[in-house]
Amino acid sequence: MDDPLIIAGQELASRLILGTGGAPSPQVLDAAIAASGTAMSTVAMRRVDPGTAGSVLDVLIGRGVRVLPNTAGCRTAREALLTAQLGREALETDWVKLEVVADDETLLPDPAELLDATEKLVADGFTVLVYTSDDPILARRLQQLGCAAVMPLGAPIGSGLGILNPHNIELIVAEATVPVVLDAGIGTASDAALAMELGCDAVLLASAVTRAQDPAMMAAAMAAGVTAGRLAYRAGRIPRRVHAQASSPTRGMAVL
Amino acid sequence: MTLTLNGEPVDLPDGATVADLVATCAPSVRGVAAAVDGAVVPRGTWDRVALCEGQRVELLTAVQGG
Repeated sequence: MDDPLIIAGQELASRLILGTGGAPSPQVLDAAIAASGTAMSTVAMRRVDPGTAGSVLDVLIGRGVRVLPNTAGCRTAREALLTAQLGREALETDWVKLEVVADDETLLPDPAELLDATEKLVADGFTVLVYTSDDPILARRLQQLGCAAVMPLGAPIGSGLGILNPHNIELIVAEATVPVVLDAGIGTASDAALAMELGCDAVLLASAVTRAQDPAMMAAAMAAGVTAGRLAYRAGRIPRRVHAQASSPTRGMAVL
Repeated sequence: MTLTLNGEPVDLPDGATVADLVATCAPSVRGVAAAVDGAVVPRGTWDRVALCEGQRVELLTAVQGG
């Protein structure tokens, strides 16, 4: 069934975007990426460590996965712009996952800085995939500023709490003019399936796979969950009913 | 001359360029980006940008994250 994810005119073969953070080793990450079937993975930009052998890039390039630099750790639009520019320079891509968080305890997006950063990055020629809260009005504003994908959280980063406000995610999807990627909060495969059933175009997750007891098996579960949720969304679920509705015929019953 | 690389002091010969610094301090040039005093230095100009005493250089690369 041909149903590719398209962001900024680029086709991605999977609707599961896998963050690389939290994997205990490159080997575990490699197995998880293979099992996930992902076509795009995020990386963070950090200071060069001369003692580090190998790179996360070896794994991603080896698997033919598109690399999406993020601005994780940035608190201000100024920091995010510079980090994005460094990611573009290092990785030769103008795509960026924009993250501007307010504090370490919640890791929630700072709306004022996020809007400012989105405006600056779009003006600087970036294709901006923006990590945001589940506020439909903020999502609308970010799209008005020209982001290429809006990525609302299901729950705080790394919490595994799932989708805390499905109604808001549906509201965001209903008026979206760009792809909606459920980003953060996923704990298990049914959360990923729910995101897709709500109409999201893709799911971005990291910890749920990289910190699972068996990351590769969980990656396969997430891929199946995303596929199942997407198919269910496209198939059109039955309406919820208060009372039962028999599926067997009520006519022709024997009198016993 | 002494400048600051990723928050630590580092001594370099006078006239050293960003390219010289990257060659000395990064395990690989692939996937590396440089900023000097808060401004990105495009890779194509590394060998033409001479560093000066006291400058703050950040060399970043991709790591697992996000």
